[in-house]
Amino acid sequence: MASRHQLGEPVVVVAGVEKAFGALRVLKDVALTVRRGETVCIIGPSGSGKSTLLRCINALVPISRGSITVAGREVNDPALDKLALRRDVGIVFQQYNLFPHKNALQNVMMAPLHVLKQDKAEVEARARMLLAKVGLSDKLATYPGELSGGQQQRVAIARSLAMNPKVMLFDEVTAALDPETKKEVLVTIQDLAAEGMTCILVTHEMGFAREVADHVYFTDGGVIVEHGPPGDLFGAAREERTRAFLDKVL
Amino acid sequence: MRVSATDLPVLLPYRAPAAIAPSGLAAPMLLGGGTLACFAILFGASLALAQVTARPAGESAATVLLRWAPLIFQGFLFNILISFLSMALGTVVGVLVGIAQVSVVAPVRRTAWGLTQFFRNAPWLVLLFYAMFLLPFEFNVLGLTIAFPAWIKAIIGLALPVAANVSEIVRGGIRSIPSGQWESAESLAFNRRQTMWMIILPQAFKRMIPPWMNLYAILTMATTLISVVGIQDGLTITRAALVAESRPELMIPMYLLLLLMFFAYCYPIARATLSLERRFNVKA
Amino acid sequence: MIAAYFERLNETQGLNFSVFYDAFDQGRFLTGLWTTSYICVVAIIASLALGLLGVWLAGSNSRLARILVRGYVQFFRNTPPLVQLSFFYFAVATLLPTVSDGFGGRSPLVSGTGWAIIAFSLFAGAFNVEIFRAGIEAVPSTTVEAGESLGYTRLQLYIHVVLPLAFRICLPALNNNLINLVKTTTLAYAIGVPELLYAASQIWSESFNVREMMNVLLVTYVLLVAVLVFVMGRWEKTMRIPGYST
Repeated sequence: MASRHQLGEPVVVVAGVEKAFGALRVLKDVALTVRRGETVCIIGPSGSGKSTLLRCINALVPISRGSITVAGREVNDPALDKLALRRDVGIVFQQYNLFPHKNALQNVMMAPLHVLKQDKAEVEARARMLLAKVGLSDKLATYPGELSGGQQQRVAIARSLAMNPKVMLFDEVTAALDPETKKEVLVTIQDLAAEGMTCILVTHEMGFAREVADHVYFTDGGVIVEHGPPGDLFGAAREERTRAFLDKVL
Repeated sequence: MRVSATDLPVLLPYRAPAAIAPSGLAAPMLLGGGTLACFAILFGASLALAQVTARPAGESAATVLLRWAPLIFQGFLFNILISFLSMALGTVVGVLVGIAQVSVVAPVRRTAWGLTQFFRNAPWLVLLFYAMFLLPFEFNVLGLTIAFPAWIKAIIGLALPVAANVSEIVRGGIRSIPSGQWESAESLAFNRRQTMWMIILPQAFKRMIPPWMNLYAILTMATTLISVVGIQDGLTITRAALVAESRPELMIPMYLLLLLMFFAYCYPIARATLSLERRFNVKA
Repeated sequence: MIAAYFERLNETQGLNFSVFYDAFDQGRFLTGLWTTSYICVVAIIASLALGLLGVWLAGSNSRLARILVRGYVQFFRNTPPLVQLSFFYFAVATLLPTVSDGFGGRSPLVSGTGWAIIAFSLFAGAFNVEIFRAGIEAVPSTTVEAGESLGYTRLQLYIHVVLPLAFRICLPALNNNLINLVKTTTLAYAIGVPELLYAASQIWSESFNVREMMNVLLVTYVLLVAVLVFVMGRWEKTMRIPGYST
């Protein structure tokens, strides 16, 4: 599927990034560019460094070498304003990681209230709107422990959106879900992408990647083996490694 | 791939740590050594202070301490002896009551539960008084008079709360074995007693060891209570020594010496409990 | 009416529950109960404060502070509370100056009750440090990461996420420790603090009713603990997060 909308300027630029945990090098000379409004999927076998890359973009994990810029801001800069960066970058995790002691509405409201110090009435109105958007208007007062996995994941998406990010990162967000609830989460992400939100997904959902992505990266062993539009990559991969992987999962 | 709605660790039922939490600060041996070193420094400093402030005519503080140290140590060994005997008695009784707590016969189960809760929630010292005052000083069995000296009564008094705690440990251990084990044993035609002794208890045993050791350390420290009811133990001798010498500056080093003995005995037990706990948790 | 019943019980059955009909014994017993409750409440509050202070120091950057906290915790956990109490009351007290009691004499700066509170607070506080730290460590790192990714600072994370969760996690262990503290207050008997056990022993040595008083005493303590269990249970319930327990 070709790009449904005009792509803007680069939002995330990753260049020559290396990340090592001790002697273990999980990212080797990784480079990718994501433009405004673009939806990028990163696929590849487990342990190929995909999740680490997302965490690097959000400065949750510092990089060893190279450069990552998000909306013109250098992530590797020691003087980085992490608050400003994290305001621009939303991340959704595989295990939802909602705050279990707060209900759905409070989970969405917390960060804008505590971190951005926004007006409570405005925050609440926006949180209600966001939860309606992810289809959870009837679960405002429900606690995470009482929600299904798919519902928790949608609250997590709303929670990230409440910060008004420029780019959203999704780290295998459907990996812990059963097939029925997977779909409701994927639809939510698809809607977001269609609205023009810049999205980077690490995913094992090949069908979703083929359908929704503008660009797909295949990583293995800490390097980007090849990348291209989904039609090219899924239809006619150039690299043997890519073909072997796709044969296994498709 | 189905994952339940509560797979966040924080949403799972919490199991209270029975002993010390993992420290994560430094190596345990180093820590124990460090605490011991602090102890030694404190002890040395207090001794030096005692030396300096002593009346000019008196013996040196170190000499006095050295004279009493073997006696205090003997008293401490008596504490340990009492702890062994109370633990043995308490464990035997506690295991039986604990098994009764999971009995299928409701009156047995309820009685065992009531006894366990009562003796677990009563203060140790009060139970000790209870045993000291209310047990007869001699028994009459078939015309045979058996003397019942104070130290035996003390062992019984201390064994009461031990038994109640062992009972809870046993019940918890048995409950921790999945019901599938009971069912599969039943389907293999084991009767209830066989299932309990041959299948459930051997598996539960491992999980009962750390809390049991923790209880032993608590009991060892509680044995000093017998000094309150007039039995000579390490604390009694320490006090007697201080009275005999009547040198206030020796108070702190003398008490520290006794504390040091208990620490040297109980701290390794606490470490061992912790490491066993970790090992069993990994396996479980 | 109750008094009359127990008085008759004494005359007819020889069961002398003097605390229920004799005003003097009753007064002593109630004073003991009051002293015990007073020691409990003050020591509970002080031990909680010590626990928080300890866990804060244990997490600080100062190596010395961390070592001191470890030493404190290990010392008080692995030595007999009765010897600790004796150490404070008999030994440490000799180092402190005495104050004028206003009648021309000198009295110690800290009373027996005071030392009991200090010793028990330090004893229970050592356990509280460990309990609080276990609670904080039990908060999943992923939840903390989620907070970080939303731009929370370290302090904000602690206030809004880590501490509220950690507190709920350690409540059961905390309850156990506080119940233990109530039972430990009986040790104050050894230094002559007029608490419940001491009062009871005075009564039974004067009224010669050891058997009856002993049972009254046991039941009183079990009730005292039951009250605490009930209050903490209610508290635990109100703190419960829906969907928290399985």
